[in-house]
Amino acid sequence: MDELTKIAYNCRKATHLIEKKLIDHLTLREKLELKIHLAGCSVCRVFEQQSSLINKMVRDLFHPEKITELKLDEEYKKQMQERIEEKLNKH
Amino acid sequence: MSNNNDITTNVLTEPGKWVAQYADYLYTYAYTRINDEDLAKDLVQETFLAALEKLDQFKGNSSERTWLTAILKNKVIDVYRKKSSAFAKKTDVVEAEQEQQDFFDHDDGHWNVEHRPKAFGIEEQDPLTNKEFNYILQKCLQKLPALWLSVFTMKHMDDQTTDVICEELRVSPSNFWVIIHRTKLNLRACLQKNWI
Repeated sequence: MDELTKIAYNCRKATHLIEKKLIDHLTLREKLELKIHLAGCSVCRVFEQQSSLINKMVRDLFHPEKITELKLDEEYKKQMQERIEEKLNKH
Repeated sequence: MSNNNDITTNVLTEPGKWVAQYADYLYTYAYTRINDEDLAKDLVQETFLAALEKLDQFKGNSSERTWLTAILKNKVIDVYRKKSSAFAKKTDVVEAEQEQQDFFDHDDGHWNVEHRPKAFGIEEQDPLTNKEFNYILQKCLQKLPALWLSVFTMKHMDDQTTDVICEELRVSPSNFWVIIHRTKLNLRACLQKNWI
């Protein structure tokens, strides 16, 4: 099998390239390889779409501006406040 | 007695108001990244105390919140580093790798039928409105090995450069890509298994 035929059938390699493409960039050769693979592989096309969706969700999910802010318990806050004031007063 | 190190001379910041203004924000930041209530609380406290020690370094170029968050972020990375160090990583990584060894055919690298990605059925809608799906995503993230989760989190939550991640967590660039790839394979499979 020549190299391009290999990638056309290799989903493990294609999914690796998809990950690289999503957060970095591919070389020209890698781009070509992936394009050829995806043209013939609907399963990896589903993978690509889902992978990009997962990245977006993770990104948004954990941004404090976007999620409901959690509340630290009041007792603990009080203790921290006291420690801070103690330190400030020392000076 | 007035010098720049005197804690009371920095008029740009008001430490007495930090808890009221930033404690919840910082706690949320820490908790979402390390998933441990007690540890998250500790880190918030340590952040305030560390900030007090270097109050003179705060120049007001960024907001107080940004400055405090940067201190907390370094503490979170320390936690990642400890969790994913040589002591902890072995077994969880091996287990996670076993999970995916049958995903592809060993000879030609093609998806094995039972592991092929299938549509989630939510690709068309805004997934952020789907609370149940988010919940499953969080559960699946928790199943990842500590090192993988650390790499993934630093990349996607905090947009760190690959160089910084490799350096902080002491992984080689080629291992970085292996981890990114394997993390996504397991995470996606976990979502499919628990959602569809």
